[in-house]
Formats: sequence, C-alpha cells, structure tokens
Amino acid sequence: MNAIIPYILPVLFALVIVALLPLVAGYIVLVERKVMADMQVRLGPMRVGPHGLLQPIADAVKLLLKEDIIPESADKLVFWGAPLISVTAAMLALAALPIGPFFQIADLNIGLLYILGVSSLGIFGIVLGGWASNSHYSLMGALRSAAQLVSYETSAGMAVVGALLLAGTLSTRGIVEAQADTGWWFIFVAPVGFFIYLVASIAETNRAPFDMPEAESELVAGYMTEYSGFRWALYFLAEYTNMVVVASIATTLFLGGWMRPFANTRAFNFLDYLPPLLMLWVAGYCFRRTPKQPVPVQKMFMAAVGLLCIVVALVLIMPMAVPRDSFLASSKPGIHGAFWFLFKVGAYIYVFMWLRFTFPRYRFDQLMRLGWQFLVPLSIVNVMMIGVALALHRQLGWPNWVTFPLGILLTLIAGGYLLAMGEKHEQIRVGDDENAEVDAREETPVNV
Amino acid sequence: MFNEAIFYFFAALAIVSAILVVTRRNAVQSAIFLVTALLATAGIFLNLNAEFLFIVQVILYAGGIMVLFVFVIMLVNLDVALHQVQFNRQWFVALIISAVLAAQVAAAIMVSRQSLYTMPAAPAEALEPNTERVAFYLFHTYMLPFEIASILLLVSMVGAVVMAKKRV
Amino acid sequence: MVPIGHYIFLSVALLAIGVVGIVTRRNVIIILMSIELILNAVNINLVAFSRLVGSVEGQIFAIFIITDAAAEAAVGLGIIIAFFRNRETVLADEMDILKW
Repeated sequence: MNAIIPYILPVLFALVIVALLPLVAGYIVLVERKVMADMQVRLGPMRVGPHGLLQPIADAVKLLLKEDIIPESADKLVFWGAPLISVTAAMLALAALPIGPFFQIADLNIGLLYILGVSSLGIFGIVLGGWASNSHYSLMGALRSAAQLVSYETSAGMAVVGALLLAGTLSTRGIVEAQADTGWWFIFVAPVGFFIYLVASIAETNRAPFDMPEAESELVAGYMTEYSGFRWALYFLAEYTNMVVVASIATTLFLGGWMRPFANTRAFNFLDYLPPLLMLWVAGYCFRRTPKQPVPVQKMFMAAVGLLCIVVALVLIMPMAVPRDSFLASSKPGIHGAFWFLFKVGAYIYVFMWLRFTFPRYRFDQLMRLGWQFLVPLSIVNVMMIGVALALHRQLGWPNWVTFPLGILLTLIAGGYLLAMGEKHEQIRVGDDENAEVDAREETPVNV
Repeated sequence: MFNEAIFYFFAALAIVSAILVVTRRNAVQSAIFLVTALLATAGIFLNLNAEFLFIVQVILYAGGIMVLFVFVIMLVNLDVALHQVQFNRQWFVALIISAVLAAQVAAAIMVSRQSLYTMPAAPAEALEPNTERVAFYLFHTYMLPFEIASILLLVSMVGAVVMAKKRV
Repeated sequence: MVPIGHYIFLSVALLAIGVVGIVTRRNVIIILMSIELILNAVNINLVAFSRLVGSVEGQIFAIFIITDAAAEAAVGLGIIIAFFRNRETVLADEMDILKW
C-alpha cells in the first residue's frame, strides 16, 4: 500500500486539474468578455445567468452540438489529430506547476525546462492543423503562427534562463523556495527579464497585439478556419491552457509563486487575512446584487455564488482560527499558497487582457523584427548582465544593492541602443525613393 | 519490472515509428512519425535516468528540428509528388544489406549473451541530479568542444540563411 | 533488468532502418529524416553505455551529436529550398545537373 500512495496523489491532482480545466478556460473567456466590456464602457454578457455567469456553459453546449464539418480533401487522420496534439501539449505542461507547496503533480528535477519543452510541442498542433485543412488561408496562417511562436520562444527561454541563474535550480518548487530564501521576488532583481518574458509570452500564446495569425480580420482566423464545433473548442482550450501555463511560469519565476507578499516579515502578517476578506467582499457584492436580478432563478443562482464565496472564505480563514499546533493549522501554507498562486496567475492574465484591448495589432514583419532584432539581443544581454552581477556578488563580494542595479542599468542601456537602431531602420525605410525598391525586396524577413 | 516494460514499450514504439517514417508516401506523415520516434527515444533516455538529455531531445529535436522539417515540407510541397514512384530501383538490395547488418549484430549479441552486463538498477535513495553533473563536465572538461559547437551553430545559422535567401 | 544487448540491438535496428531510408527513398527530405534516425540510434547507444559505465561522458557526447544534427538539418534544408527554387524537384535522381 505504501508503494502505491506516491502514485495515487499525483494522479488525483492530475484528474482534478484536467477535469476542471475546461470549466476554468470557459470562465476565463467570460472574464475576458466582461473586462473587454468594462474597458469599452459597456456591460458584456448579462443575459445567460446572472451577470452572464452561465455564458460559458451555454457556449460549451453550443459547441458540442454543432455539426462536425471536415473539408473534403483534408487529410483525415492529421485533421483529427492536430487539435489533440495542441491540447495534449498544453495540458502536459500543467504537470510541473507549483500551485502550492503541496499541490504539485510532479516535482521534476528539470521542471521548468520540461514546461518549456512540452509547450513547444504545441507548435505541431498548429502547423499540422493548418496543413490538414488543405486550404490556403489555413496554411499561411499556420506557417505564420508557427514562425511567430518559434521566434519568441528563443527570447522567452533566455529570459527564463536569466531568472534561473538567480534561482540556481530547475525544479519549480526549488525556484519558489529560492525566492523565499533570498527574500526578494525575482521581478525586483531582474525586471528586464520579466518584461521580456511578458512580451514574449503574449506572442507565444498568439494574443493581441501579436495575434496577426488568428485575428478575424486577417487570414480568416488562420489555422482554425476549417475547424468548427468541438475541434475548434479543443484549439480554443489549448490556447487558454497555454495562457494559464505561461502565466504560471511567470508567477513561479518572477512573482514569488505561492508566497504571500512580504512573506518573510512578521510585520505584514495581517496580509494573511487578505484572502478571506477578499472572498467575503465578493460574497457581499453577490448578496447585494441578488434582489436586483430580474428572474427568480437568477436570484437563486446569484445567492448560490455568494454562498460559494463564503465557503471559500471560511476555508481560507480556517487554518488561522484553529489552534496553532493542530493538523488543520499546518495546511495554511498549502491553502493560502494555492490562493496566492491563483491570484497572481489571474493578475497576469488580467494584464494580458488589458494589453489586448489597448494596443493595435502588429503587422507580421514588424512582429518578426521585434522578436529577432529587439528581444533576442536584449535577452542575451540580460542573461550576460545577470551573470556578471552574480559573479561580482559571489566572487568579488560586492553587495547586492550595487551589483544588481548595475546589471539592470547596463541592460537598459543595451535596450535603449536596440530601440534606437530600430527607429533608425524605420526611418531609412520610409525615407528615400531610390532605395525603396531595394529595401522593399530585401526587407521582409519571412516570405510567407 | 515496470522499468523494463517501459523500455520495451518505447523501443517497440521507436522501431515501428522508424519503419513508418521510411515507408510513407506522404512526407508530412513521415515527419509526424519521425516526431513519434524522437519522443520514444526521449522516453528511453528518461528511462536511463538521463533527464537532461530527455528534455534536450524534446526541446531541440522534436520541438526545433522537426518543426523546421515540417516547414520545409510545406514549402516544397508538390501535389504531383503523391503519384510518383517513391522508392528507387535498388530497394531490394538495400533491404537485404540492412537485414544482413542487423542480423550480424543480433548474432553477435546472441553468441555473447552470457557475458553481457545488465543495466544496474537505479539507487534506492535520491539519484544524483543529472543536470548538475552534465553541466559540471560540460563547462569544465569539455569546454572546448562546447565552444566549437557554438561556433558550428553560428556558421550553420549564417549558412542556412544565405542558402535560403532569394537574392544573396 | 534489461541486458545491454537489447539496447545495442535497438540501436542497430534503428540504424538499419535509417540506412534503408537513405539508400532507398527518392525524396531528399525523407533521406534527411533517415539521417536523423541514424543519429538518434547512435545517441541511444551512447546513453545506454553511459548509464552502464556510470560516467556522464556518453551523455555529453550525445548532446554534441544533437547540436550537430540541428546544424546539419538546417543547412541541408536550406540547400533543398535553394535547389527547389531552381529546379522545382525534390527527388534525388532528378538532381543530376552535374552529370556529364
């Protein structure tokens, strides 16, 4: 029996995560629509369920019941398998995420590299999906999307390496514990790395402003054009799971993982009461809006959501209300850790959505130039400077508050130089007429 | 027992995928089966406790080189290729020679099967972290090949870009 | 546990299949893919022996082989694209410009 327990718990966690993930992805879509509505000064979905809370379920039912259309000359096996590859690669990456100190499916030695490697297998789902559709729009969209993913993977990986140098280990649990030991979240020690990872992860998940390959006004939704109904839902699920995965990587590496802000100072222990208070505030909002719903069913549903929030608040407050040495009190790091992790992931995804509704789309050649000619050199310089800062600190004994700001300053200087080079390139391009023909021919780096 | 079953499963998967790579008419299907073969090889590496090599294989080979292959297949795709002869005239001789090669090694293994070592089991306590060991050797003893490999990659990058440009 | 002979046999089987692929197929891209199969076979051999002997040098050599395979695949595919742009073919026996 004892030999089986280490196998059962991860399987249980994996089942819970995989079972909950479609629901969570659906609700992230709802949140996105509400946030979009909020930024566009309107209300968003309000009809299906109170405040639109049952909208994802309606969407899921619609997608499941839609007719399954397969193009006639499509390669059937690859057409069937491509969304599966995307979803599998995205979900496999969830295995190494440190949701809490005790809520990890697998604490691999190479956890972070595993997540990066498995998410890069999702490119196959995109390319093969575009290929199997046997349509020009799909193929071009797939090639563009895959080129974009491959380009930004390099800089994302190197931004991650910068933070790994600080952590000293590839295991995701070890990285969070290294941040606990150092006392500083790595975003404060390597902010340029965080910025590079933010931009690269937006491009990795095909989100705006980098969503040229799948935007509706371009290429008719790109590689997903010929997919409808449940297959499209799988691609969609893969995209939102990818978003959750990159948000989790950023949280683990840069934002302190499952740690409360100011985890090591006792003076800030009052922040422990923030999670239950937050849930009580949401519950209060739900109860306040209950009488204003038009239909009795919606009133009951809203009250039920309020009760759910109160239950979560009770779960969060329980480890602190119980006597200090009991078993329940020792679950505090786990439960609160999970809350803070999910809160930070949610904040990162909120920033994604915020950027989506703020910036216009990048043209494809601008996107490629940004990836290769700005982010890759910047991330290389970032890694070098973090290495220099660490070497100065460990070998020469310079204090931390000198070496790391110095490294950040040098990286920013390099970034400024790269930006200036990019501006000069744009100016030369738009300028002369006699060079216009030559420039236009040798300008576009990708011929698709 | 579980360990060995995993090895035999991945070995069978690798061999079946390799045969399918070589025999498919459609180049994209060949590429898909090569990815399967590479992932099976990665599984064998993980089984042999070479976890860094496992992830390097997945990231570089399956996630990098094969994406490049699939790109190029899509760029040079010819619909007429599907109706052409796929195998050249020497296929029978090639098959015989490869069978002889494999049979030779199999015979050598069979003859010496008493004196062959078996793979040692993994130690019961936590394994030595593979990545740190590889990194130590790579950056101390094998630093020169490492630098040469990086120059090789730079040269091949420049070469590939020059070869594939429209106007040099 | 698994005798080392089984690892050697797997490696040789993949090598033989790769050789058949190189010698037999007409499509140059599939020839390149067979070369990747052969390099993988060598990697399996190296890693199996590195585990048997207990040293890590086999794995380091395997890393260099993977690096090498990447470089060679990139250049090879570049050559194929350049040739395809000129002659519109990817079949090995139609690439006979230098034939007298």
